[in-house]
Order: sequence, then C-alpha cells, then structure tokens
Amino acid sequence: MATSYETLTPEEAKSAGEIAIANYTINFGPQHPAAHGVLRMVMELDGEIVERVDPHVGLLHRGTEKLIEYKTYLQALPYFDRLDYCSPLAMEHSYVLAIEKLLGIEVPERAMYLRVLFAELTRICNHMLNLGSHVMDVGAMTPNLWFFEVREDCLNFFERASGARMHAAWFRPGGVHQDVPLKLLTDIGDWLDGRMIELFEDALSLVADNRIFKQRNVDIAVVSKEDAVKWGFSGPMIRGSGIPWDLRKSQPYDVYDRMEFDVPVGTKGDCYDRFMVRCEEVRQSARIIKQCIRDMPEGPIASLDRKVVPPLRGEMKQSMEALIHHFKLYTEGFHVPEGDIYVATESPKGEFGVYLVADGTNKPYRCKIRPTAFSHLQAMDFMMKGHMLADTTAVLGAMDIVFGECDR
Amino acid sequence: MTEWFQSLIGHGLGWFVATLILILMISLPLMLAVAMVIYGDRKIWAAMALRRGPNVVGPFGVLQSFADGLKVFLQEVIIPSAANKGLFLIAPIITFTVAQLAWAVIPFGKHMVLANINVGLLYILAISSIGVYGIIIAGWASNSKYPFYSAMRAAAQMVSYEVSIGFVLVTVVLWSGTFNLSGIVEAQRAHVFGIINGFGFNPLLFPMAVVFLISAMAETGRAPFDLTEAESELVAGYQTEYSSMVFALYWLGEYANVLLMCALNAVLFWGGWLPPIDWAPLYHIPGIVWLFIKVLAFFFVFSWVKATVPRYRYDQLMRLGWKIFLPLSLFWVFLVSGYLMITRYGV
Repeated sequence: MATSYETLTPEEAKSAGEIAIANYTINFGPQHPAAHGVLRMVMELDGEIVERVDPHVGLLHRGTEKLIEYKTYLQALPYFDRLDYCSPLAMEHSYVLAIEKLLGIEVPERAMYLRVLFAELTRICNHMLNLGSHVMDVGAMTPNLWFFEVREDCLNFFERASGARMHAAWFRPGGVHQDVPLKLLTDIGDWLDGRMIELFEDALSLVADNRIFKQRNVDIAVVSKEDAVKWGFSGPMIRGSGIPWDLRKSQPYDVYDRMEFDVPVGTKGDCYDRFMVRCEEVRQSARIIKQCIRDMPEGPIASLDRKVVPPLRGEMKQSMEALIHHFKLYTEGFHVPEGDIYVATESPKGEFGVYLVADGTNKPYRCKIRPTAFSHLQAMDFMMKGHMLADTTAVLGAMDIVFGECDR
Repeated sequence: MTEWFQSLIGHGLGWFVATLILILMISLPLMLAVAMVIYGDRKIWAAMALRRGPNVVGPFGVLQSFADGLKVFLQEVIIPSAANKGLFLIAPIITFTVAQLAWAVIPFGKHMVLANINVGLLYILAISSIGVYGIIIAGWASNSKYPFYSAMRAAAQMVSYEVSIGFVLVTVVLWSGTFNLSGIVEAQRAHVFGIINGFGFNPLLFPMAVVFLISAMAETGRAPFDLTEAESELVAGYQTEYSSMVFALYWLGEYANVLLMCALNAVLFWGGWLPPIDWAPLYHIPGIVWLFIKVLAFFFVFSWVKATVPRYRYDQLMRLGWKIFLPLSLFWVFLVSGYLMITRYGV
C-alpha cells in the first residue's frame, strides 16, 4: 500500500494490521491548579502533543453588565473593581473616563495625576501577580512569593489611599474620592527606589536568565504581528509580538501625554517576549509614578461641579445647598445626558473598554464591557497547536487572564 | 550482636531475631529522619520564599510532620469507584517498601551495615528499578487521566535516568574495583594527594559526581524533574486520587528515596562515613556523624534546587537524559577505564 500511515482511515489501518490510536481527550479545569480561575479547556492530546484546545468560558459569569443597568452611575462603579480583581483601579479608570466624557466635565489636574499614579501602581500590582504566576506555572515556586511581597506593598498603598486593599472604588466620575496624604506619596517614592526594585530584580534574576525558564518559554506560542492583529490582541500580548501599540501613547487620557515613558516591544512574539515586556513595563510604570509624584500640583482632587461630585463634609455643615446636593447625589444620583461613548484605557492586561449608552436618566441604558482576556483566550487553540501539554500552562501564564473580567 | 543472639537462642533463630532488630534499627530511625527532613525541607523552602514555614506545632514547629502524620492517619481512605482496588492499594505499599529496602546495603560506618553483600551497588540498582512500579501501578489503577499521564511520564523518566546512573556507577566501580559499598568507601580513603577522602575531589570523577547528583534528582522525581507530580500540568500526578494514609505512604516513600539518594551521593563520591580529610584527629568523630552531615548537606542542595528552578518539559527532560547525560557518562567510562589502564597496568 502506497499511502502513508497518516493518510489511512481507521478502517484501512485496521485492515492493514495497524492499530489506530484515538486521541486522548482531557479536561483541563475548571478545577485545575493552573487554570487561573475557572477556565475549562477541553484538550485533545496525541500523547503529550496538543492537537486541539477548546476553551470553555462563562463559569464566572455574574451578569455584571445587566446589573449595571439597574444601578445609578455611582453605584455601578464598584462592579468594575470586581471585574479584573487583580487590577481593580485600572477597571474603574475606563468607566469614570466614559462618564466624564458623556457629562463633559473638567477634571482638576491633581486628580488626573493621582489617577495616573494609582493606575500605574495597579499595573505594577497586576504584573507582580502575573509574572509570579507565570513563573509558577512553569514550575518555579519561589519567585512568585517574592513578587507577592511587592504586591502586598501595593495593596497597602491602596489601603492608605482609599481604605480598601483591593476593591478601592477610589476613582470617581469627576476625580478621585479622597485626597492622599503627602507621606503616602513620599513613601511610594522611597519604596520604588528601595524595596520594590530590590525585591523585583532579585526575584527576576532567579528566572529571567534561567536556562530552564528560557527553554520553557522561548519559541512557545509564537504569534506574528499579523496574527496578533487578526486575533484582536492588545496590551502586552500585542507588544510581545512586536507592535508598539499602547493606548497611553496613541490616545493619551488623563495626564499620560505629559509623561515620559517607553513602550517595550518583543522581537519574536513568544511567551518569553511577553514575560519580558511585562518586566519592562513594571520599570516604566515606576518611571511614570516618579514623574507623577514630582509634578503633582496642589488643588482640588475632584471636579467642583456639585451636580456630579458630592460636596465636602465641612461645606455640608454650613451650606443648605451643599446638603441638598449631597442628598440628591446619594439617593437619586446624577443624570447623564443622552448619548453613547466607547472609552478604552490601557489596563495592565490590554485594552479594556467600556461602551456606555446613556438615555438621560440616572442609570446607564447599556454598559458593554470589552474585556482583554476574551480576545486573547480565543487564540488559545491557534497558539497551542503542536505544542505539548506542559506548554499550556506557560501560554496561559503569559496570556494573563482573569476570569472576573473575561466572564463579567 | 548476631553472635550474642545465636549463643542465646540457637543459630537460626538467633540470626533471625538479630536481623529483625537490625532492620528495625534502620527503618525506625529512617522514618523519624524522614519526618524531620520533611520539616526541614519545608523550613528551607519557606526561608527562601520569605515565609516562616511550619512554626505552630511544637517548638519552632518541629512536630509538624507528626501532626500531619496523625491527621492523615485519622482520615478515611477514599478509593475511587472506578479504580482497581487491589492494585490501587498495593502501589503505595510498593513505593514505601522499596524506599526502605535499599537502605539494607548502605554502610553507616565501618562494619555498620545490615547486609555487607558484594554486589551492593547492583542491589541498589535493582531495587530502584522496582521503585517505578509503585508509580506506574498507581497511575494505571487510579483509572483517571491525570495519574495515567503521570505514570507514563514516570516510566520514561526513570528508565532514561537509570541508564546514565548505571554508567556513572561503572566509573566508580572501575576506580574502586568492587561493587561492595563498604569497599567503595574504603577505596576513597586518601584518594586525592594521599590526604583527601572522596572520589568527588578527583578531577576525573567530579563531573560524574555532578551527573549523578542531577540524575538522582530525576530519579527521585524532585524539582526540576518533578514532572510526575507537576502541579501546574497534572494536578498532583499519580497521587491525584490518593488520600489519607495511602497518600502518606507515597509521601514517606518519596522522602526516604531522596534521603537514599543523598546517602548514595555521599557514599559513592564524597567518602561516605570517612571524614573529608585523612587526618587522624578527625577519625575520633564517629563515621555515622560524617555520613549524616554529608547526607544533610545533599538534602539541603535538593531543597535549594527545588526552591529555585522551574520545571523541565517532558521532551527536554528526555533530551537531557538521552542526548547529554548518556553520551557524557558513556564517554567518561572510556576515559576513566583508559586512564586506569595506563596508570595501573601500563599499556
């Protein structure tokens, strides 16, 4: 018989004395230590080689978008913290920017600086978790815990600014919720030059040049520039493939246009490039934070438009009008003029967008959230083809997915 | 001791009782050592990860392992309904037993060895080959996909690294001229410059000592070769379906194996119960203390590596075993035998 073994149908193979071996189907998740939450992947394996990956999402669907339609604009804000719970403030950022654009209100400078500062701190916080879990997914346990020390410090800073470690709800339409003490800013500055960079570089030195780590990541799931665009990648995923696409540069919001920072890009588009892009982003974030601290002006931390931003406590004791504003804002909320808008920000994981449709009432008519993980995850099958079972975790780790955001 | 018992209760029975006591004298302290070593492993790992590690049970948490042991002992043995019940239970017993069997030929000191057999090294090779059955049977009997993958990996991994371990041992045997472990230790006395004890200090054998150490990690399934229980890929590998005491048997067996490999490292390359330098005052310290220090030093290396490195992928593990270690150790066998031919017997 001239046909090769591969081209035989199972019946032919049987008659030719060959034993046809069926592929092995395995459930990777939803209860799997490396599934990054509740991802379920149905994998078809030929030995250890992955033939097909079918990611099943939606296990963490909480109906956030629908719930938001029944809340006032301010009440809907904390839902965003709970989308990507690894970088809560970055989620709020898109939402408050969308509302501000619809309202057309001015945000004071100090508030914009504070937002950029804390958005970048969130980026460090998020990347610490991701770099750590990526490293852990390929088997090294220790660096993860070192990265977590840095993350812990970040969370403490969030707590000092907002009172909450994770779900800060600190960015508000019109500015931020409350001012930060000067000591916090100086502490962040000292931390960036001292403890943070020490821990970060130490932990990185364990893996970045490690031969095994490189063997596990270099040339794994190579995505070309064209493919990265086709699959709708964003954030470190598209930059890892060599496209310097960063919303902070291309369509700057808040005060990013005044910041000096570089956009790192990968050369090959493999998992190692994505890892290194994130590492460099951490250093660039530190640079941005320092500039924020240096340039931050004094002044109000939220818009003075009392139809949107509640008045100060002290003011309320003196002024009847302030009291009425406060009462109206916390019962009825503010009304947003009719219109629709899409605002995307560069969240640590990529382009996080909010499409907001307002109908003139105090509640959003529709709030469509554009998650980063969803478009990345759809490329899982394409990226995994021909790789081994063990590479799945490396690819997942380099993808940086969080299911709160993906499933909404 | 054997003679004393034999004079007391007759030849055959005396030998039996004495050997039984000797076995207990090895295996009970071994289990105690395993418990302490698990505690040590966790402490070392914790220190490297900026954590505290176990610190609640007993002073500095030293009793943690015993508390864990009590816990698993009181748990229910869960046997999956689809599992092959007999094999499922036999598998951990194989691992646990085999992990202790090999200790029979390890010399703890001069004349301190349970079975001073002339083919001690071959015995160890034979025993460690049986060890893999514990994992393969577990993977098959669990009738579950992740354990099955783990079993297949284990089979390939242990076979590959045993090959290179075999050749490494050949170099040692060539140099010492005996398969007897006590003989191998004796051959290392004043081996380098007539003053340093240990084959490992010999530049010609040092690379083999390194290969053996790495292969030992692969053989015991420790990081970076812990593919059989790779958490991020195979959940818990062959142990996935195991719980309570049957799981603890794997646990104990694994660490007993690690200790065995540390002891073998010490015995084969670093002078076993001999002090590092052939200097009379050092011999006042009992040999077992020297062996103990060396074993613990190697155990620290094992923990250190576990805390530091990522995990190899399956094909990379195979490549390292077959394409690097095997040719290297094979070449070294030629090198060592050639050198010995020239220096000892002339051409």
